[in-house]
Amino acid sequence: MGTFIVRRILVAMSVALTISIVSFMLLHLSGDLATSIAGPEATAEQVEQIRVDYGLDRPIVSQYLDWLGDALTFDFGRSYYYQSTVVDLIVDRMPVTLTLGGLALALAVGISIPLGVLAALKRDTWIDRLALLFAVVGQAMPSFWFGLTLIVVFAVTLQWLPAAGSDGWQHFVLPAIALGYYATPAMMRLTRTGMLEVLESDYIRTARAKGLRTGSVIFKHALRNAIIPVVALAAVELGFMLGGSVVIESVFSLNGLGQLAWDAISRNDYPVVQAVVLIIALFYIVLTLLADVANAALDPRIRTR
Amino acid sequence: MTTSSVSPTASSASTPGTGLGEISLQPPAWSRVTRRLFGHRGLAIGLIVVGLAILIAIFAPLLAPHDPYHQDIANRMVPPVWHDEGSWEHVLGTDKLGRDTLSRLLFGTRISLTIGLVVALISGVIGTTLGVLAGYFGGRVDAVISYVITTRLAMPVVLVALALASLTGGSLTTVILLLGLLLWDRFAVVSRSVTQQVRDAEYVFAARTLGCSLPYILLREVLPNIAGSLIVVMTLEMAHAILLEATLSFLGMGVQPPLPSWGLMVAEGKAYMFFQPWVIAIPGIALFVLVLAINLLGDGLRDLNAPGGRN
Repeated sequence: MGTFIVRRILVAMSVALTISIVSFMLLHLSGDLATSIAGPEATAEQVEQIRVDYGLDRPIVSQYLDWLGDALTFDFGRSYYYQSTVVDLIVDRMPVTLTLGGLALALAVGISIPLGVLAALKRDTWIDRLALLFAVVGQAMPSFWFGLTLIVVFAVTLQWLPAAGSDGWQHFVLPAIALGYYATPAMMRLTRTGMLEVLESDYIRTARAKGLRTGSVIFKHALRNAIIPVVALAAVELGFMLGGSVVIESVFSLNGLGQLAWDAISRNDYPVVQAVVLIIALFYIVLTLLADVANAALDPRIRTR
Repeated sequence: MTTSSVSPTASSASTPGTGLGEISLQPPAWSRVTRRLFGHRGLAIGLIVVGLAILIAIFAPLLAPHDPYHQDIANRMVPPVWHDEGSWEHVLGTDKLGRDTLSRLLFGTRISLTIGLVVALISGVIGTTLGVLAGYFGGRVDAVISYVITTRLAMPVVLVALALASLTGGSLTTVILLLGLLLWDRFAVVSRSVTQQVRDAEYVFAARTLGCSLPYILLREVLPNIAGSLIVVMTLEMAHAILLEATLSFLGMGVQPPLPSWGLMVAEGKAYMFFQPWVIAIPGIALFVLVLAINLLGDGLRDLNAPGGRN
């Protein structure tokens, strides 16, 4: 187990490093940053001036190594747009995105697991079909459009909840629903398949034969085993939701990391873009690492792979 | 959310058919094929709707009642026909520039389907190549390719696509290229695991013993036998790409005006959604129905492809 964890951590760290390289290169090579920053009105001299001022005239490898050296000490440079450091901006915006992601995950888990269990227990009944419909609809719903629809229905027509902003808990309800619904279908389906498999297994039959009550069989024995891969998926989904929060935050004008990234992208504020991409990737890497370790702890067969 | 879940756990759900070899050797009679296709309700609905969408995309110029780009300032924000002030002249109403919504919607089918198809093809070629090589050779090749897949999975797709689209200046071509180069991960994950199972099959062993060349074995023996799983992934990635294009266009970094992208239509209607909710409802529903149909098609094909047939 110890070597497994060490090996996984090493892989995770090198993945993080690779992503920092790839995103740095992509941002610097897919267009001319100096021209983008200077804007369409700038003269050739101004573009050159900016290129020198921002250090963009140096070889890309030395630019990257400088950036990396600073990044390792949590110094991501200064924003081109705001009068503050990138780290301050990120620390400032992070709580909103984490609250949104956490709420959305709680909602997704709270809906998908009971629904998946119910669908498996009532297999091929209308409950099962309704759960499937719920999943299929969730997979096809464009999240930005679902978010707008929630605003029109619950904020404007019914006036139950605010449409935009990030002041109180009420502001997080609709965005969390919009973001959480996106993660629900996969988790619901996985719970359902897992439960179906477990319910047909020998040890459940044994438990039933021993005369254990159905409720105890389902919750103590079946669910505990079926839920292992769902927990891993939940961690992965949280990572995806943090990355996808850029869409939801822009729809609901939530002032989090996603909004920061979108503003930075539209203003050519590349130090911020680069840092946010890396931070979100780091979250995903740490979450999948935790999921892997948890999985390995629960299922010894995984460790030998 | 449109980053959509491409997780190793979710993709392993599309189990490859071990009976695939038999199917491709002995194609069933057509009546049986159609019975299997239409006996599955989701698959039938998916097929019909996607088929209709393809016809609409091809015949959009004949079907559209108006020029989708023609602006008519005198007829701005006309409500759809079921509304009190609607008229049959503009069945689904007009937008803020007086352009006919129905015509834009019909032409928008072209954008969505093109994006879905071309992105799935590009990402399919990249992902399948990586996955087949990793699965067939195993060992060090597999380790390297698996690392590349892991790295790609950890990159936040929406953010990266947004940033790159903004840098390269969003257009239909850049969106297609960007998504094609980003969305190959599920192809790679699935084709890798399916190839691992096919690799040791007797017909592959036979071909190897007969001295067939490597490209021959990979293209003629392995590929046809993993095609079933790949087609399922292809439908899922088409849906994924269509949703992502709409998202990028909605955020202003994808397909640019005046093209009638459905995501762009939602973005253009956003300012009016409080009093004229249909301006966002109509393109949103179109997007939802098309993606739903493609997903149903994919789910249905997966069921047919599964070892036990339907389940």
